[in-house]
Amino acid sequence: MKVVALVFTIVFSLMAQANAADKEMVDPLNSPQWGVMHKRFLNSEPVVFDDKVKVYAPEFAEDSMNVPISFEAIELKDIKEVVVMADLNPIPLVLRYFPNELTPYLAFRIKLQQGSPVRAAVKTSDNIWHVGGTWVDAAGGGCTLPSIGTSSGDWSSTLGKVSANIWPRKNSSNRLRIRVMHPMDTGLAPGIPKFHIEKMTLSDKEGNKLARLEVYEPISENPMLSLGVDKHEYLKINGRDNNGNIVDAEVVTR
Amino acid sequence: MTILRSVTAISMALVLGLGFVGAGNLQAAGTSTTAKSNAFDYELKAVEIAKDTYLFQGKNEDFSVKNGGNVVNTGFIVTDDGVLIIDTGISRRYGEQQRAAIAKITDKPILAVYITHHHPDHFLGNQAYSDSKIYALDETAKSIKLEGEGFRSNMYRLVGDWMRGTLLTMPNEKLKAGKTTMGKHELEFFSVDGHTSSDLAIFDRTTGVLFAGDLVFNGRAPTTPHANIDKWQKTLSALKELPFKVLVPGHGSVAKDITPIEQTSDYLNWLVGVLKEGASNGMDMNEVMRTEIPERFQSMDLVKIELTRSVTHLYPALENQFLNPVND
Ligand SMILES: [Zn+2]
Repeated sequence: MKVVALVFTIVFSLMAQANAADKEMVDPLNSPQWGVMHKRFLNSEPVVFDDKVKVYAPEFAEDSMNVPISFEAIELKDIKEVVVMADLNPIPLVLRYFPNELTPYLAFRIKLQQGSPVRAAVKTSDNIWHVGGTWVDAAGGGCTLPSIGTSSGDWSSTLGKVSANIWPRKNSSNRLRIRVMHPMDTGLAPGIPKFHIEKMTLSDKEGNKLARLEVYEPISENPMLSLGVDKHEYLKINGRDNNGNIVDAEVVTR
Repeated sequence: MTILRSVTAISMALVLGLGFVGAGNLQAAGTSTTAKSNAFDYELKAVEIAKDTYLFQGKNEDFSVKNGGNVVNTGFIVTDDGVLIIDTGISRRYGEQQRAAIAKITDKPILAVYITHHHPDHFLGNQAYSDSKIYALDETAKSIKLEGEGFRSNMYRLVGDWMRGTLLTMPNEKLKAGKTTMGKHELEFFSVDGHTSSDLAIFDRTTGVLFAGDLVFNGRAPTTPHANIDKWQKTLSALKELPFKVLVPGHGSVAKDITPIEQTSDYLNWLVGVLKEGASNGMDMNEVMRTEIPERFQSMDLVKIELTRSVTHLYPALENQFLNPVND
């Protein structure tokens, strides 16, 4: 009996591995850039395409300068890191999120130059990347022009200003929403150097670091973020941009 | 705070800098592959909807290479002195085909062209009437000047070769609100707003036909890229009071009563409620976009897509109302 059980175990584990390998081979979004993404941003580490990583986006980009993206992976435990990327963007890397103990949920908006897969890769403590994603088509509105936002004249007077709120929730994680005024220039347009928020940290009253975020150029102007912050009702937010400007704010439920 | 950004703001360059590339890049010419669109024939058929009054009804669809952008209602009135045209469609080809179709009905000259508002499906056919008087409200003309080129490149991207040769042709006459008589038709022009910052409604008191432009949709979800819903609702209440016999919406079928006005109003009211509730509960845009459509709107064409769009258009302003400044 023991031998039989052992054989079964081996067979099953082989099957499971083969299964994982199969999934790794076939990108459900069928993107020509997937191989490059895997190598560049996930260090070619083991990957499974996993429905437990939910990525939400509209099917098309109505305003290519503000495409809302969100991900959640509440069924996955022991998350080390989440990487968000848009394969076909000139700068594919959107952000890296280190939620630690916080609920793995994040919503934000990005600039999309063309139709592209948008993915979230969630690394669990067993060093496997769980990847979910969706395709966003670039052809959106005919009557909506890409929004140039507020910074075209007067960004300097509002730079680094933060608006935020926390919504306490009974049956799920409290919701933090935060908007930081910043032009988020990509550096790809002639004559405009890159100028974007790089890092943000979330801490509690005692200064314990709760989560960390690395932000890259594709994030839209005046980033608007939504996070799951468990039962916290007081949060400190610290960040800085690539020119050393500081973001500093305290948020309480109101 | 010390500001360490290393360039000074230069308006146009800065605009470009916010994106990956300039908007001009979007103007890649589309290609048409379907057999039908090779002929680039909109197959416009003038339907008589009242005495002297005709409609070219567009499809209740999104812009596509397949439909060439024929998704809008345009119309014309044949008066004793000449033809009055309401909106010119999406492209040079549309304008030319519209003009040819009108010539099959009447050999009277073109007296005036009226543009109801600055959305591309309503004025990009102007080119076919560059020898005529093209009227628009002042504010509409300003918006066309500001956004017309951007719309034009968007349309090349969305409907492709149907747009070939389409150039921006500005309205060349200022339209004033009020009453006037054209070839024995008593017309009243209403300068209103809500769907955009400047909307024109034309009421022909002689025939009882009300051309409502995109202030009224029928059986198709309203679009909101430049909408102010409060103002739109006020305008709808006013339109409802007019003693019209025939109502021509910007999109969807002609009606004989206020039903489409009430439907448009009902939908906008629901939409605002959804957006406000979402914003006040701290929801993100995708959560609001996933809102279930109530049964009474489910038969409206494009309702899910338009909800997605309206969230993009209207949510950012609303959500800011529920955030508090937390530094300085
Ligand atoms: Zn319109």
